[in-house]
Amino acid sequence: MDLLTNILAATVVAGTPLLLVALGELICERSGVLNLGQEGMMLMGAVAGFIATLSTGSLAAGIVTAMLTGLAMSMLFAVMAVTLSANQYAAGLALTIFGTGLSAFVGAGFVGQSIEGFEKIAIPLLSDLPVLGRALFTQDLLVYFSWLVFAGVALFLRFSRGGLVLRAVGESPGAANANGLRVLTVRYLAVAFGGAMAGLAGAYLSLAYTPMWTENMTSGRGWIALALVVFASWRPGRLLLGAYLFGAASILHLVLQGLGWRSPTELLAMLPYVVTILMLILLSFDPVRTRLNTPLSLGQPYRPGH
Amino acid sequence: MAVSAQRLKLQGIVKDYPGCRANDGVDLTVGAGEIHALLGENGAGKSTLMKIIYGVVQPDAGRIVWNGHPVTVENPARARQLGIGMVFQHFSLFETLTVAENIALGLPADEVRDRGALEQRIREVSEHYGMALDPRRFVSTLSMGERQRVEIVRCLVQESTLLILDEPTSVLTPQEVATLFKTLRKLARDGCSILFISHKLEEVRSLCDQATVLRQGRVSGHCQPKDLSASDIARLMVGDDTPIATQVSAAQPGDTLLQVQELSWQTDDPFGTSLKNIGFSLRAGEIVGIAGVAGNGQEELLKVLSGEITLKGEAIRFTGEAIDRLPPGARRARGLAVVPEERLGRGAVPVMSLADNALLTAAGQGLVRRGVIRRQRVREFARDVISCFGVRCSGEQSSASSLSGGNLQKYILGREACQSPRLLVASHPTWGVDVGSAVAIHQALVKLRDEGAAILLISEDLDELYQLCHRMGAICNGRLSPLAPASELSINQLGQWMAGNFEVEELADAAA
Amino acid sequence: MLQLERRPEASTTLRWLSPLLALALTVATGFLLFLGMGKDPIQALTFFFITPISDLTGLAELGLKTAPLLLCAAGLTVCFRARIWNIGAEGHFLIGAVAASAVAVSVGEAGGFLVLPAVLLAGIAGGMAWAAIAAFLKTHLNCNEILTTIMLNYIALNLLLYAVHGPLKDPYGFGFPQSVMFADAALLPALINGTRLHIGLAFGLLAAVAVWVLFARSFIGYQLNVVGEDHRAAAFAGFSARRLTWFALLVGGATAGLAGAAEVTGPIGQLVPQVSPGYGYTAIIVVFLGRMHALGIIAASALLALTFIGGEMLQIAMNMPKAVTAMFQGMLLFYLLTCDAFIHYRIRFRRPLPAGLSQPAAPAGQEL
Repeated sequence: MDLLTNILAATVVAGTPLLLVALGELICERSGVLNLGQEGMMLMGAVAGFIATLSTGSLAAGIVTAMLTGLAMSMLFAVMAVTLSANQYAAGLALTIFGTGLSAFVGAGFVGQSIEGFEKIAIPLLSDLPVLGRALFTQDLLVYFSWLVFAGVALFLRFSRGGLVLRAVGESPGAANANGLRVLTVRYLAVAFGGAMAGLAGAYLSLAYTPMWTENMTSGRGWIALALVVFASWRPGRLLLGAYLFGAASILHLVLQGLGWRSPTELLAMLPYVVTILMLILLSFDPVRTRLNTPLSLGQPYRPGH
Repeated sequence: MAVSAQRLKLQGIVKDYPGCRANDGVDLTVGAGEIHALLGENGAGKSTLMKIIYGVVQPDAGRIVWNGHPVTVENPARARQLGIGMVFQHFSLFETLTVAENIALGLPADEVRDRGALEQRIREVSEHYGMALDPRRFVSTLSMGERQRVEIVRCLVQESTLLILDEPTSVLTPQEVATLFKTLRKLARDGCSILFISHKLEEVRSLCDQATVLRQGRVSGHCQPKDLSASDIARLMVGDDTPIATQVSAAQPGDTLLQVQELSWQTDDPFGTSLKNIGFSLRAGEIVGIAGVAGNGQEELLKVLSGEITLKGEAIRFTGEAIDRLPPGARRARGLAVVPEERLGRGAVPVMSLADNALLTAAGQGLVRRGVIRRQRVREFARDVISCFGVRCSGEQSSASSLSGGNLQKYILGREACQSPRLLVASHPTWGVDVGSAVAIHQALVKLRDEGAAILLISEDLDELYQLCHRMGAICNGRLSPLAPASELSINQLGQWMAGNFEVEELADAAA
Repeated sequence: MLQLERRPEASTTLRWLSPLLALALTVATGFLLFLGMGKDPIQALTFFFITPISDLTGLAELGLKTAPLLLCAAGLTVCFRARIWNIGAEGHFLIGAVAASAVAVSVGEAGGFLVLPAVLLAGIAGGMAWAAIAAFLKTHLNCNEILTTIMLNYIALNLLLYAVHGPLKDPYGFGFPQSVMFADAALLPALINGTRLHIGLAFGLLAAVAVWVLFARSFIGYQLNVVGEDHRAAAFAGFSARRLTWFALLVGGATAGLAGAAEVTGPIGQLVPQVSPGYGYTAIIVVFLGRMHALGIIAASALLALTFIGGEMLQIAMNMPKAVTAMFQGMLLFYLLTCDAFIHYRIRFRRPLPAGLSQPAAPAGQEL
């Protein structure tokens, strides 16, 4: 029983950064913008959050700095991809390559330093539930916050006029413009939200998951999140499920080792990536649903009046 | 100074695009409750002018007066605020949303809080004008005619006092056109002004009170269309030196070249159309036409015939051989040529030169040897096409995107015609093409026919079909009507077929 | 009001000027950055860009690092021209290195002139096999190649780590995760005696020439271009996207695999975990910077190779973090894409018309 609880708790922790960054990307893609720069924005968020917390001693300062950094990075992308109509693939790749380099550069002096990370907070009553109580309700603040964001995104898309506008812009920016909607503003806001969430996800790694900074500490989570959004067919509910599934996959090697499984760690460390590919393969068996749900203008630049 | 009878007045509107002046000092006045036609052939500047009125683009000079007050229409939102509504030719609807959601998006946020009230309003307005609509249906499930209703109802719910309709009849069956005209007349009686953009003269003569004619970006005349004959108006549109129509001699059909039987194909595209049990035959030396409202399977039929979609069975026989499994290249090698509807981005690669675009389908004409491109021959081939078909361009190195629609279409058709095809499938070859090029394209098709080629003409333009075709039918929702000799097929019957009522009159595939 | 306006024709001048502009902006930003860090910017930039290539040894080192970049970039050019976004050169490279090492280690001390070709062929085959996975996933299971190639990169990295910790580990290597040193027969000959420069650079140049011939003369190169520019026109013409995807990815895998093999049989002489400082990723920048053109990617490879050496130089001489390399590379790509926007667009200054007022029909705006 204890083992199961521990595994579940670790799954939630491992899934949280994925959930955060993927929720941001989901909103971004729903507006028709594909931002492949998640990895770069996460790394920048991670390093900026870590440095801010280290120098101020405040976790809150770290979180805010990380989100602002992610947002600033995403604006670089937005200028290229939204205003200048650059190829979104190339611009996103550039953001990732740039973010990877810049974070390593900025963080070079901070490798090996440590901070006091987020503590687990037990929610009264709920945390006393058997098995799930300690797995779900004895977590750090950011885990609870990720659920809030999830609920917010789901409600926004389903019920609000803003959600309707976002979906409309993502389906057909030309028609949206003809309807008097401000396409570029909507896309900027969506990209900005994606950036802030990526920054937050990065900070989760450097402030809660493993409270320290190492180069490339995201190890592909930004990319996995991109796959996750496709896997979720742009729906928040499936995204939540997928994030925790990936979370489970990424701690599987620890579990197996804990169970005394003797297998080279390097091979087990491949698991999250293999699972990602398997998920993409799984999707190919249901191409109609993927196509029905893909925002129709995804990846296409838009210029009003042309 | 306000003259309340003048709803919209444009003065000296100028709009330059890089390389061309689309509007050159255009004046236009639309009165309250007036149905005003804006006429002109493709490229005359109609679309630009209406985009300016609707705030999609800004004029470089000129003034817009709305109900007596000078205004600036910065964007479509402002146009709607003023009371200008627009029904686009390619609808500005969101397929994945419902009718009510689509309409809600065009209204201010505080007016649509109450979804129930909005749905009620949509029902009321649509029924009042004879265009019943279910607000909860998804747009993707609606026919083209129904989508047009959504656009009109959207304008009415916004209480527009000027309704701009861009080529609204091109997506309708003849019967639907009659219903639309009834609605528009009723609207006009209620005081709504209507700007009706078209190049179909008979429609304009039956509907409109006033007309403004554009030619090459300038106003070439104002008239009351009911007082003039169609050919008089046509002269205003194209000038004196352009032939308006081709004289088509009678066809001399020969042996059957293409035999299609029980052709069915299931699409996996949620927004596509499946083909259902299609059968027809095509003989050498004849032009067979397929009419239909866009999106009823024309694109899919074209792909199945061209080989972009391959099939398993033996439904398509070309000169006796089943070609269902053959890819496009193999079909082309057997003499089957195709001119797709989209010129840029399918028939030609926009950024590539005309010479490079020749290679797209003509590689088999000795332009490639052992995998190596023979540049000299490619250039010669392209030059031949350009000179034979009178393509106006600065040479075979100009990019496809730099040509006007008509010239590029002549090049694409010429590229296929120069390969002496036995069968040519052409989809809407004169769509968006100027009259001069359209006549040239029609002549080229007839010439090919007279040389013994079979031609399948898929088009939404009924005038074109009646003019060129020996036999014709209609496609609706992936099913093909019987074919009938064009001379015996009434427009009414064709309209029924376009709407999917195939069994009204028993007309067998007589000529087959 | 500043407005972005589409040019009637794409500017050819800017197309080639843009990389130079991007380089200038990168250098300028670097200048400010060094200044902000309290370092002498002139000195730092000199160490970064000039010092590494001021003598023969330095030039040889530049060639040494140009080789893998050029090989990877040549393959990626074939992919990117067809808009197949293969991000997997890094993975192909690593698998190529592992496969080549496996053969080299198993041959051991056995000599013979066939050893080296066998080792290199193993590298090529390894890269191709890795690329084939992505090709299969794309053509048969419709998986997005960006995501699959990235994931395959991570998997390849772990395979490499497994190899040097497990089957290919030198049993007498004091526990270091690396293979034995290869025998002489498995090593690439030097191009210039007395330097580390080996014939890998010749492979790279040959690959660039092959890319040039492919796109200038061959029908398959034309087809790749058409698929990239306009996949609907390609479908209409009947060019098989599936076949072309396989072709492009296999070429990409082969060249990057060869690069990996050349790296372990050239300057390193054994398999180590740090066999690639990110050549496969940097090659992406090379392709964009080199305008997907043979001559362009040769120049761009040399420039990006310089950033690797320059970064090491700064680390040694001025005690700066090595990551300065990655940052310069990222900045370069960023500026490049921004400058590229002006190939198709220009900025115009335009005064909005006051309500209803007319303005003379003269050209209403100044070009910037």
